[in-house]
Amino acid sequence: MKGFAAGLKALSREWRAGELYVLMLSVVVGISALSSVALFTSRVAVTVQQQAAEVLAADLVVSSSRPLSAELPRIAEEFALQQARVTSFPSVAFAGEVSTLISVKAVDESYPLRGRLKVADKLFAQGYPVSRVPAVGEAWGEARLLARLGIETGQRIRLGALELTVTQVADYIPDQGFQFVDLAPTLIINLQDLAASELIRPGSRVSHGLLLAGDPNAIKGAGDRFREMESEFLTVRDLENARPEIRNAASRAKRFLGLAALVSAILSAVAVAMAARRYAARQLDTIALMKCMGASQAMVLRQGVAQLLCLALVTGLAGSLVGYGAQELLAWWARDMVQGVLPPPTLAAWLVGPAAALILLTGFALPPLLELRLVAPLRVLRRDLAPPRASRWVVYGLALSAYMLAVFWLVGEPRTLLLVTGINLAAGLVLGLAGWALVLAVGRLRRGMGAAWRYGLANIARRGSESVIQLVGFGLGLMVMLLLTVTRDDLMSQWRATLPEDAPNQFMINIQPAETDLFLATMKSGDIPAPQLSPLVRGRITAINGVKVGDMDFDDRSGQRWVERERNLTWSAALQDGNILVQGSWWDAGPGSAGQVSVEEDFAGDLGLKLGDQVEFDLSGEPVKASVTSLRQVRWDSFRPNFFMVLSPGTVDESLASYITSVHVGPDQRGVILELARNLPGVTVFDVDAILGQVRGVMDKASLAVQYVFLFTLLAGIMVLLAAVQATRDERRYESAMLRTLGASRRTVLLGVLTEFGVLGLLSGLLAAAGASVASYLLATRVFDLEGHWDGSLWLLGMTAGALLVGVSGLLATRSVVTQPPVITLRGDAG
Amino acid sequence: MEHKDETANRPVLKAVDIGKEVTSPEGPLTILDKVSLEISLGESVAIVGQSGAGKSTLLALLAGLDEASEGEVWLDGEALSTLDEDGRAARRAGRVGFVFQSFHLIPSLTAVENVMLPLELAGEADAESRADEVLKQVGLSARRRHYPRQLSGGEKQRVAIARAFVTRPRILFADEPTGNLDSRTGATIIDLLFSLNSALGTTLVLVTHDHGLALRCDRVIEIEDGRLVAENVSR
Ligand SMILES: Nc1ncnc2c1ncn2[C@@H]1O[C@H](COP(=O)(O)OP(=O)(O)O)[C@@H](O)[C@H]1O
Ligand SMILES: [Mg+2]
Repeated sequence: MKGFAAGLKALSREWRAGELYVLMLSVVVGISALSSVALFTSRVAVTVQQQAAEVLAADLVVSSSRPLSAELPRIAEEFALQQARVTSFPSVAFAGEVSTLISVKAVDESYPLRGRLKVADKLFAQGYPVSRVPAVGEAWGEARLLARLGIETGQRIRLGALELTVTQVADYIPDQGFQFVDLAPTLIINLQDLAASELIRPGSRVSHGLLLAGDPNAIKGAGDRFREMESEFLTVRDLENARPEIRNAASRAKRFLGLAALVSAILSAVAVAMAARRYAARQLDTIALMKCMGASQAMVLRQGVAQLLCLALVTGLAGSLVGYGAQELLAWWARDMVQGVLPPPTLAAWLVGPAAALILLTGFALPPLLELRLVAPLRVLRRDLAPPRASRWVVYGLALSAYMLAVFWLVGEPRTLLLVTGINLAAGLVLGLAGWALVLAVGRLRRGMGAAWRYGLANIARRGSESVIQLVGFGLGLMVMLLLTVTRDDLMSQWRATLPEDAPNQFMINIQPAETDLFLATMKSGDIPAPQLSPLVRGRITAINGVKVGDMDFDDRSGQRWVERERNLTWSAALQDGNILVQGSWWDAGPGSAGQVSVEEDFAGDLGLKLGDQVEFDLSGEPVKASVTSLRQVRWDSFRPNFFMVLSPGTVDESLASYITSVHVGPDQRGVILELARNLPGVTVFDVDAILGQVRGVMDKASLAVQYVFLFTLLAGIMVLLAAVQATRDERRYESAMLRTLGASRRTVLLGVLTEFGVLGLLSGLLAAAGASVASYLLATRVFDLEGHWDGSLWLLGMTAGALLVGVSGLLATRSVVTQPPVITLRGDAG
Repeated sequence: MEHKDETANRPVLKAVDIGKEVTSPEGPLTILDKVSLEISLGESVAIVGQSGAGKSTLLALLAGLDEASEGEVWLDGEALSTLDEDGRAARRAGRVGFVFQSFHLIPSLTAVENVMLPLELAGEADAESRADEVLKQVGLSARRRHYPRQLSGGEKQRVAIARAFVTRPRILFADEPTGNLDSRTGATIIDLLFSLNSALGTTLVLVTHDHGLALRCDRVIEIEDGRLVAENVSR
């Protein structure tokens, strides 16, 4: 224990003498960046998730074609989830003599659990959100329903044995969604009225839904339990199989935040490794002296461990506190834009700070501290004696793995993690090699230059491995900063560009072949550019390669479900917008191309379909055969009609089809929808503005969060630069004093320093730009499913920023050393 | 001095045929060759020689800071070759003091903390009061809370001397203690060393290239090219 106490004492003395600031600051900045990102990310992720959950009106939905067993709500209670009941079924509503097919949605008072209903007092009046459901004896209907029945609010309708007053127009139903065949408009009634309607009889097509919401872990647990009970009667839906538009947006948002968290994690590791290295180097003489006076290796070891533990504890706590404070500040700052209160951070996010501090310091600061015990006491007589250097690769490798595991636990996103770690390792390697090349090159190339240049370049060559380490540090720091500044904007705007202002917000379906001319004319009269019409046929897969689907076993339950239901199919001469061919080839336009089908990649996976497979369909009683000639990726969030299966022209009898399209209707173009209802009453219009709004909401939140989180990453980057500049400061102090004693002017010395750092900065900036380009390309294409492109300005920015940032910060850090009279330095040095 | 006579025949430091070989780019290089000597308790011995002669190398071997390639050193009766690095360190603890040419004060510690360090390492109580006492003896009480960078070269070396004597060592090794000082300051430092040496009865092994200084010791050993070339009793 003697060494332990001595270690703490030594530590407090080091602290007092100001020797610990850089190391501790690096850890604190790293940890606070990491933990604030973690905390904030977890909070934003939860809001994003909740926003996305609106499309289900819940976090989890269990629905069954049979009355719900009592066991289901019991499980929900076990997990302390909020519950709501929704029963829906098709029916007919009457207003006097007029009747229309409707879809009834009977809800209890808790509905909806996520999102809010919006209602309007009159047809075509402005909608507003409400926090209640129709009272007993009342009903809220969609505008289409009122229009078809020819009624206004306040009038009565008949539904089975019930008489209901339509009190509101249902303007927005969070879990409405849309299905191309679900043509009937919705009527919302109170669940208590249901029994009295006498509509539910054995054999009715009823869906009994249990909506659930609550803590993410509880949702996961309950979801797993419910999924075990899934059958042909009972299905479970959560966000994973909710609307693809929202799901894509939410997971992309999470990936952006994850990227920011990861990058600050890596930066802090680099900063800590560099600062610890310098700290240990400063201890060499002291340890040698202590060994002269009789200190044993074990004692030096205990001292090192004591210092480390104490540092980890203090910095971990300080970092977490600062991180928490900063994150609260962020949350407060962003409160207007992130509508509503952010939920508190999760427990896991809380533990990250201290855990990361311990791993960081153990992994990256312990190795050099451990080596201190091997310092030869002879060093007191021979200062030039090389410090002991055990191989650190293994330790660093292990540390990096442990650290990345912790980050993975925190951020998830294995793909981003692997990619970012891989890029950083590769970049570190390239920077290291380039560093050695530079050291060798300037070692030769320095004749015939001014004194300052010679001095600067000579320093790079002479410092050898120190220069290499500096170059790696500068390079990684710059690369990550470039990646975040430039790439972040680029990726964000690309993401936004996937949903431009004029993204389609109305789906129009059930356009008959004979009506297409009138439809297009109506669009034209409303100043809407002629949309592309896609044919739509309903059909089922009956056999694959001659085997009836009823006789097939699917590995995947979803595969089973796919073949049980009717699907929307289309045909097309050309590959549709937002589709990417991944296998096979697209058919030539022309008569010979009939009998082919192009299948969506994941769908093909679920069904086990490969190129060349023969698929048989039943299209409304008409048998059709086609062979799979290509697989496609589909951008599901494009807000265009998308299809799992596209047939080649001529495969299907065209008279079987109706047409579908999506268009953008601006707020002041809404008249066209009324016009359409007059001209073509059979055409159904689905307003997806609300879903679009939900996706945009997710994007806004994500990009806002990334903006703020970025500040911390920047800070971590600056710490790396600082640690790199500091790495050679002690030597520099002595050298510049010597040079000035030898008659060099201050200007010469400063110019030398500027040359040294400038060259290092320029080179590391260049390599950083290269690294950032590759990284942003890979991130765009592999992680964010966006288009990658090369940005020339990145290179210019990298080199300029590198030379300026590194040069100036190096100069500033060394300036005090150079400007003070050499005698002070020389006196101070021979401690 | 009385105790000196009693123990005169029992050397506190004894070296037999010690040598040191190092590997250089041009192959093995002998930097110390078959040196033998005996130093008694309380004796003061100067090791002189040109720069590069091997004085520091000899001192390092005698103090157990480095391992001899051949021969044997007995420090206070114990053969150093039988000990590992930790064993040699334990042998030195509280028994051996050092004063170096470049002072080697720990920059992050104040003067008094530097002096306390060996006591703390030996786990001794009242380190601070004992350190203060010795600081007073070297005339630096007023500077006790100053950091090394705030002290002049001579003051630093006085702190180093206080640190070396604070454990009342049996042997004190000094490697060119005046090498970084002007001659007047050097002279006062040497006076201080000798006065503490005689007051405490410490054995003094003083490396110097200054023959005048060497002559103040009981005995002078001269080294040239790693070999012992002369040994004479100066008084
Ligand atoms: N580890 C070593 N490797 C190579 N040469 C060494 C080593 N240690 C000492 N020397 C050389 O041995 C000679 C004696 O060194 P030293 O004992 O320091 O001399 P002195 O202290 O007398 O000036 C010098 O020439 C020195 O360069
Ligand atoms: Mg020497």
